[in-house]
Amino acid sequence: MKLIWAVATKEFQDGLRNRWLISTTLIFAVLSMGLSYYGTVTSGQVGTASLSSTIASLSSLAVFLIPLIALLLAYDSFVGEQESGTLLLLLSYPITHRQLLLGKFLGQGAIISLATCLGFGSAAVWLALQENAQQVMLTFGLFIISSILLGLIFISIAYLISLSVSEKSKAAGLALLTWFFFVLVFDLALLAMLVGIEDGVTQTSLVQLMMFNPTDLFRLVNLSNLDTSDINGVLAVAIHSSLSWTTLIGFMVLWILLPLAGSLFILKGKTL
Amino acid sequence: MTLVVELDTVSKHYAQVTALDSVNLQLQAGEVMGLFGHNGAGKTTIMKLILGVTPACSGVLRVFGMDPLSSQAFASRKKIGYLPENVSFYDHLTGLQVLNYFANLKSVPKTMVLQLLEQVGLTHAKHRTVKTYSKGMRQRLGLAQAFLGEPKLLLLDEPTIGLDPIATQEFYQSVDKLKSDGASIILCSHILPGTEQHIDKAMIMSCGQPLAHGSLINLRQQAQLPITIHTLGLGEAMLKDDLLRPYVVKPNILMVPEQHKMSVIKCLTRYDNLTDIHIEPAGLGQLYEYYLASGQDSINQSKQGAKS
Repeated sequence: MKLIWAVATKEFQDGLRNRWLISTTLIFAVLSMGLSYYGTVTSGQVGTASLSSTIASLSSLAVFLIPLIALLLAYDSFVGEQESGTLLLLLSYPITHRQLLLGKFLGQGAIISLATCLGFGSAAVWLALQENAQQVMLTFGLFIISSILLGLIFISIAYLISLSVSEKSKAAGLALLTWFFFVLVFDLALLAMLVGIEDGVTQTSLVQLMMFNPTDLFRLVNLSNLDTSDINGVLAVAIHSSLSWTTLIGFMVLWILLPLAGSLFILKGKTL
Repeated sequence: MTLVVELDTVSKHYAQVTALDSVNLQLQAGEVMGLFGHNGAGKTTIMKLILGVTPACSGVLRVFGMDPLSSQAFASRKKIGYLPENVSFYDHLTGLQVLNYFANLKSVPKTMVLQLLEQVGLTHAKHRTVKTYSKGMRQRLGLAQAFLGEPKLLLLDEPTIGLDPIATQEFYQSVDKLKSDGASIILCSHILPGTEQHIDKAMIMSCGQPLAHGSLINLRQQAQLPITIHTLGLGEAMLKDDLLRPYVVKPNILMVPEQHKMSVIKCLTRYDNLTDIHIEPAGLGQLYEYYLASGQDSINQSKQGAKS
């Protein structure tokens, strides 16, 4: 435990030193404050937008940003250390592969979690001062928790990438592709299937397919609680499904654990 | 005497290459061994095997009496110090932060970190980031890292690369001190001069095969390399002497086989105009070249044998 803590502290301090924490927090804060205040500009007025439309637009932006930030933060965690030779040194130390992986995950996970809490939390506090505080806190609470989970998912996916290549530049390319696939390609493919294959996909099988994309899970968690009038596209179909948000959160946790387990497996078999 | 490291016919193959081919090695407590060879001779592979970072393909490997990959051996990793060949530490951290991090991972008290920084002469630069360090300073930081926790077994890959002569001397003093405290040390190097006073035995490797292994005295005896004698003030006189003439290789320089050493020296001292004499036994560099060349011959011979 002490060793996991030592690695986590170092990773967290790296995040502080590289300004990752502060810049991510700022991005999230500006984004959420801006959306909640100027979200109604398109309808011709300035003022606090409705909570559900704020969350809807916020989550459709967060779904692009959070995976990108998490992948950027963590893609070089292992391949970077492998290139500089410190991974070999660390593996000769009395620290297990599991402790090293968990330590890194805790440290970098803390960066993204803290940034999410502070960034989106600031907007929540600001909104709560003007509206029904309890409702804002509940909706934003779920949004922040699912954002944290989304960040953690992409950190563990980034580890998988970082461990399966031997060059930093390859890891960067692969991370970008992963982001592109989950955020854009996957949904487009689903839409194409819906439109292109007549009676090919039922509503339940569509929702089941969405479990294979963590960003869709994130959208579902946040939108299922809201007024559906603000939502359209594939999601509108999925939202009418009967999955509760606890199940969805469960799936998200699974999305963290599986890549982490995969990373551990690769790390254990790694020859340097 | 206890065996600290023991390799018994250990082989290691990677996908394309044979990195090690049935290597035997024994290292007692308090012994310093030099591991010499070209790039790719298998030196680093031996270190990785001993560290338990990678498994051996065949053979028996024991470090502190245990298989380094077993879970019992995990605790003994605290007693092992390692300096990798090309390590660039976390550039954005200061020297002190880097060393503190590694000290934490080895559960070494913080006071020792400052002491080690002092020992390697980095106290003045401890609050500077590593990216501002020179090559030699990085190497010293690496050494401080390897010395963390008073190791009983030290594996040093090219430890003196980038060090200036004074730092090199200080490094060998540290090695001698650790040795007198009972630590075993394996030194990997291609830089040969200067190492021989500090090592007890040597292993010369080429292409994953050990060409020679043993104490320096034994290696010298086996190689039967001539001794070099430099003389001053004799001039042409040596060429006229029947006893000396066969050994003269250059003016004022003689190469004499070990067994004729005394008779040649006695003969030389009879000359009144001899003003200075300097006797040099075969150095590690010559031994290395000798074993490398003879090793190459035997490899070639076995290849030819296989053909015919």
